[in-house]
Amino acid sequence: SFINADFNIFRYHVAVMCLENIMERVIVSMQDPDMGMKMRNQRLLITVIPHAMTGRDIVDWLIQKYTITEEEALHIGNFLVKYGYIYPLKEPRNLCLKQDETPYRFQTPYYWTSTRWPASELDYAIYLAKKNIRKQGELIEYEKECYNALHKRINHTWDFVVMQAREQLRASKQRRKADRIVLECQEQAYWLINRPPPGVMDILEQGPDRRNVANTRVQLVSGQMLAIFVKYCEQYQDHDPIMQGCLPSNPWITDDIMYWNMNSETVTMPTKLRVERWSFSFMELLNDPLGRKELLTYLEKEFSAENLCFWQACEEVRHGEASKIAAKVDEVYKQFLAPGASRWVNIDSKTMEKTLEGIKHPHRFVLDDAQMHIYFLMKKDSYPRYLKSELYKNLLAKAIVPQETKKSVFPFMRRQRHSSPSPALVTQTAEDNGKAKPSAAKANAGTASQI
Amino acid sequence: MCDQTFVAITFGPCDSCSQNKPLMNIYLQNEPVNYCSLCVELMACQGLAKGETVSTLRAESENLKAKLEEERAKLHDVELHQVAEKVETLGQFVIKTRRTLKGHGNKVLCMDWCRDKRRMVSSSQVIMRSAAVCVLQEHAVTMPCTWVMACAYAPSGCVIACGGLDNKCSVYPLSLDKNENLAAKKKSVAMHTNYLSACSFTNSDMQLLTSSGDGTCALWDVESGQLLQSFHGHSADVLSLDLAPSETGNTFVSGGCDKKANVWDMRSGQNIQSFETHESDINSVKYYPSGDAFATGSDDATCRLYDLRADREVAIYSKESIIFGASSVDFSLSGRLLFAGYNDYNINVWDVLKGTRVAILFGHENRVSTVRVSPDGTAFCSGSWDNTLDFNPV
Repeated sequence: SFINADFNIFRYHVAVMCLENIMERVIVSMQDPDMGMKMRNQRLLITVIPHAMTGRDIVDWLIQKYTITEEEALHIGNFLVKYGYIYPLKEPRNLCLKQDETPYRFQTPYYWTSTRWPASELDYAIYLAKKNIRKQGELIEYEKECYNALHKRINHTWDFVVMQAREQLRASKQRRKADRIVLECQEQAYWLINRPPPGVMDILEQGPDRRNVANTRVQLVSGQMLAIFVKYCEQYQDHDPIMQGCLPSNPWITDDIMYWNMNSETVTMPTKLRVERWSFSFMELLNDPLGRKELLTYLEKEFSAENLCFWQACEEVRHGEASKIAAKVDEVYKQFLAPGASRWVNIDSKTMEKTLEGIKHPHRFVLDDAQMHIYFLMKKDSYPRYLKSELYKNLLAKAIVPQETKKSVFPFMRRQRHSSPSPALVTQTAEDNGKAKPSAAKANAGTASQI
Repeated sequence: MCDQTFVAITFGPCDSCSQNKPLMNIYLQNEPVNYCSLCVELMACQGLAKGETVSTLRAESENLKAKLEEERAKLHDVELHQVAEKVETLGQFVIKTRRTLKGHGNKVLCMDWCRDKRRMVSSSQVIMRSAAVCVLQEHAVTMPCTWVMACAYAPSGCVIACGGLDNKCSVYPLSLDKNENLAAKKKSVAMHTNYLSACSFTNSDMQLLTSSGDGTCALWDVESGQLLQSFHGHSADVLSLDLAPSETGNTFVSGGCDKKANVWDMRSGQNIQSFETHESDINSVKYYPSGDAFATGSDDATCRLYDLRADREVAIYSKESIIFGASSVDFSLSGRLLFAGYNDYNINVWDVLKGTRVAILFGHENRVSTVRVSPDGTAFCSGSWDNTLDFNPV
């Protein structure tokens, strides 16, 4: 187990602090004398309980205070009850917020999750002992099991447990009935949360332990340059399916995969949006396999295709298996860097010298400087010219603008859903056929994703 | 303040050890006294370890908060929403869950999209059995550990990686044979000294980036399992990482329990930049699509945007009514929307530029553990501790 017993309590407290502190702030503002909730007396059978409020009051107050919808207010209010900051007076075992006249009360800070967490076994033992002593058979089945288990586990403390239980019962008998009822409710609510009955979700479950450390350094720097985000969002808005929708239709909504087929890697004619996007940045062009192919075609016409090939070869070194680095670097040297190489790349002499020196002891990043040089060469020179070229402009003019798919006339007829071809299949087929690229026909075989 | 009928001292000097702590009312010799929980335990049985210092921690954090507010007030910074004033306001979004995947028998902890935009891998925890289940579209892989907290699809779509409380990140090749026992082909790649919190392939299937509860991130060669680079600088568990979509493809960001988000150079292992404005654990980090900024989701119930060039926080996404921590964040394709999953079971959708919330999705019945937008931006998927994955386009 990862739980280091010495740090257990420390860690839990720090982890819990943030959420519970925020909740406390809400609770405290709910009880503000001026802006807080209006509380009233609540009749429970023949006893009058003071300082109570209705579920409806709670929801209304939250709506008003945070300017939120009823749904959201109910959602938050429910958590305040589930985390034990507010408890119900009637049906105490049902920890949920009802938006009606059901009465609730604020839990005393003594029993706040942030104050008393994690709940100690000793505490629980005393609570169960009290229940047991007060009325034989009052313990529910799972409580009986816990009680017996505790009796075994912390048996050495049992005298103390029983003594405390008796003392607390004796003290409570001396209180007014209303107080006694409230105290019992409070305590019960606390234990319902900290020891939930089987089948009830443990609201306090945190997931695996984290080693939190209170760090004291704080960094603040002033500055501007935020206009780039506005520009980026505006530029890409038409390309964002969640913002603008997508043509012909969003496959997740209509079950029609045309959108994916039309934008697949190896389609013969791309969409207009896709070709437009290549003009946003050099990276966009390179990241799209089709774009890269088009760029290669253009560079071949310019007799500078070796630049792109070199860049690609460098990528393979950088991201490839460690064991193949030396061999790949050697290949790159022979093809692109060696004097008289068939696809010699034009790098400045300083970078070339440094690279050639580095190649003697090849490592993953040995070609980085050269790669970057060629990258920026393409970006600053070839890329802008490509965008102005006939090749690009023609493609843009011919590019497809899909028609919007009309909704099916028979909406209750569901399309058959099949798996899309697994990438593993595609690669294997390609290997089987000895081809470098996967078959486009197979990918566009009109199948839909099975979810 | 709230309860007139039960006045109890909840915090103060313990009658036994005199330290300032949360107090318990107990009776000794018929007299009510206030002991801290540890002295109570001591009372009841033989001695225990030393006590906590929650009160000192609390005082310290209150001091810091006050200082932070003071500093903020002094600066006349421009915030992102001010620059975005002229941008058209978004209408309220209506988001409908289109599909729910219920294949997991347990809490969904993590998911990742395949680059084919349709497949995903997701991982979960199993309580009943002693194994965890990682459910693919067609395959289920049984893992010999609970809490599989991280999973990732390789760029080729032929391999997946996952790990969690086993402190490792293992790689599984995907085959076409549904009956084949994938677990048999498993290959351990990464080894940490604490749980694995996140993993991601770099631009190829050959390199794996991991983050861990041991406070470090690491870069691994998949084939050999060799550690290529390790990244030290967090002072607590690292919970999340994301690779930068930059031209040079050399950096990534990580977020951790030390409230810091760190930017790293993958090549040198250096911590290039560090951001520390959150008030609690950072659960999730994600780059803005241009790579100029990244967003974070934290236990302090806020999400924030950090600009890398300005080297500071430029936006906070929060609301007084949002009390619970944000567990996972992701951007829509244009970066205009930020989807954030929270521990109060909701997903809030934020207008990144204006800082306002444009939608709230009440889809799940337990914590949202992961939110990911598909690679082509057509939908986002949310995984939850309620054992389901929801798919939501708009």
